[in-house]
Amino acid sequence: MPDQLIFAMEVTLNGLMAGVLYALVALGFVLIYKASGIFNYAQGVMALFAAMTLVGIMQGQVPFSHLINAVFGGHVTHFGWTVPSVLAILLTVGVMVVLAWLVQVLVMKHLVGQEPIILFMATIGLAYFLEGVADLMWGSEIKTLDVGLPQGINLWIDESTFNLFGYGFFIDNLDIVATGIAALLVTGLVLFSQYTKQGRAMRAVADDHQAALSVGISLNFIWVLVWSVAGFVALVAGIMWGTKSGVQFSLSLIALKALPVLMLGGFTSIPGAIVGGLIIGVGEKLFEFLVGPMVGGATENWFAYVLALLFLVFRPQGLFGEKIIERV
Amino acid sequence: MLDAAESYVTADGRTIGGVVMEMKNITLRFGGVVAIKDISFDIREGEIRAIIGPNGAGKSSMLNVISGFYVPQEGEVWFRGEKRPPMRPYEVARHGIARTFQNIALFDGMSVLDNVMTGRLNYMKSNMFQQAFWKGRAEKEEVENREVVERIIDFLEIQAIRKTPVARLPYGLKKRVELARALAAEPKLLLLDEPMAGMNVEEKEDMSRFILDVNDEFGTTIALIEHDMGVVMDLSDRVVVMDYGKKIGDGTPDEVRNNQDVIDAYLGVAHD
Repeated sequence: MPDQLIFAMEVTLNGLMAGVLYALVALGFVLIYKASGIFNYAQGVMALFAAMTLVGIMQGQVPFSHLINAVFGGHVTHFGWTVPSVLAILLTVGVMVVLAWLVQVLVMKHLVGQEPIILFMATIGLAYFLEGVADLMWGSEIKTLDVGLPQGINLWIDESTFNLFGYGFFIDNLDIVATGIAALLVTGLVLFSQYTKQGRAMRAVADDHQAALSVGISLNFIWVLVWSVAGFVALVAGIMWGTKSGVQFSLSLIALKALPVLMLGGFTSIPGAIVGGLIIGVGEKLFEFLVGPMVGGATENWFAYVLALLFLVFRPQGLFGEKIIERV
Repeated sequence: MLDAAESYVTADGRTIGGVVMEMKNITLRFGGVVAIKDISFDIREGEIRAIIGPNGAGKSSMLNVISGFYVPQEGEVWFRGEKRPPMRPYEVARHGIARTFQNIALFDGMSVLDNVMTGRLNYMKSNMFQQAFWKGRAEKEEVENREVVERIIDFLEIQAIRKTPVARLPYGLKKRVELARALAAEPKLLLLDEPMAGMNVEEKEDMSRFILDVNDEFGTTIALIEHDMGVVMDLSDRVVVMDYGKKIGDGTPDEVRNNQDVIDAYLGVAHD
């Protein structure tokens, strides 16, 4: 087999893995959008906040330590204990639920029945606020996150491809784990939203507030639930990205990468988010590999956005989105 | 005047029971506007009770008070022998009061069947995991709930569109799906907000027939608001007439028809 083709295969595989990570972030958006009609701009920051909280809890960091030291003049930074990762993840889930409840009580509750654009603006505000809180709470230095997920080259794939092609593929173990976790998450979410009472209620609330109330659904409860689930998805995405590239503030920018994914897949489709993520992942890696050398590289920075732009022009509802038909 | 607890049999052989819901001296204000002024009336078990009146009379406000969407500033709401504390609309729904809306409120993204199934949400007691994996109580529950729903779907003759997303349905059918969803909750009291608004004659006749049949077959107590006088007079056992937020008549259709205040309100007389 020619070298070029083998390289292309490896690049495609790596692209698929990267795509899964994009899809994970996009999923958070789709979920909130389907369940509440809100485009949650804060999803990326929520992933950052979740990852920082997780690291903070694991390392026994004192929350708001800078603030406390500045006001009271102490030098506390750490409690001096470390928390095992499983327990820390559970605690972080708890924190995300509390956050969901706060978002509902302080922000969303007061905006019932408002235009979607108003709710969208509120989430932009939330994003900046949350970023500030994350900084104040856990500090702004880059941290490593290790919850015990396997990392590094997968030797089995390396060996077997070497025997097959005479060239070993480099596939990161973390990416394989991420794929598995994403599959689990999606299955769970689909089961939840399609078959459970709470899932049905969630879809009902997304469609019509008044009608939902009239069949006995509490809007408050459902919204806290929606934001909790979004927080949970953000945590999963935060763990994956944080393990891969460290917990740092640029993590909130992965939300930007999710936008083209959503435009491709459609804002209302869970399978769309996954397929969209995979297409962007493979597309940008292959494009960089094939076209990159001709134009001086760095195509990964813009490829996804140009692809999204093309979609906006020719198929604005995305691949799987619902076609919008207005009755006149 | 009838005794509150006494039951009687109507001319067409239906038994009307004691008082289910009683509104006592309800006053509702929006800022300086008085939408409902000191109105009292009751609804008996098994009857079809109409609230009529010209535009802006406060009929929909009254319905919203009953279903908890508005909380009146004064007055008491008695439901099934108990004074009702101020409640959220979803709590009212859980206490057995279902409703439809003047401007249809359906879940557009769902099929007809799913829409009607949402009416059964409060009958599901199994937990999230049982439901997600279709195990234990969840399976039995779902089957039972589906039976109730299918019976209602048959009854309202919407079998053919069971799987259709409601957004695609014509107006008349949407109204019927909304009725089905309200019925699925097996309500103690069913509120219909202008069930015939915007319908043609044929659709109105269908809807009237369904309302009568529902009342007859399930014994459902129904309170409805309607503009169309002819329809109201044919359907209802007793009628409350409102004008400018006040009650100007209450009684059987015949009594109301001959009430001078009601005639004035409808034909138009200068208010002094």
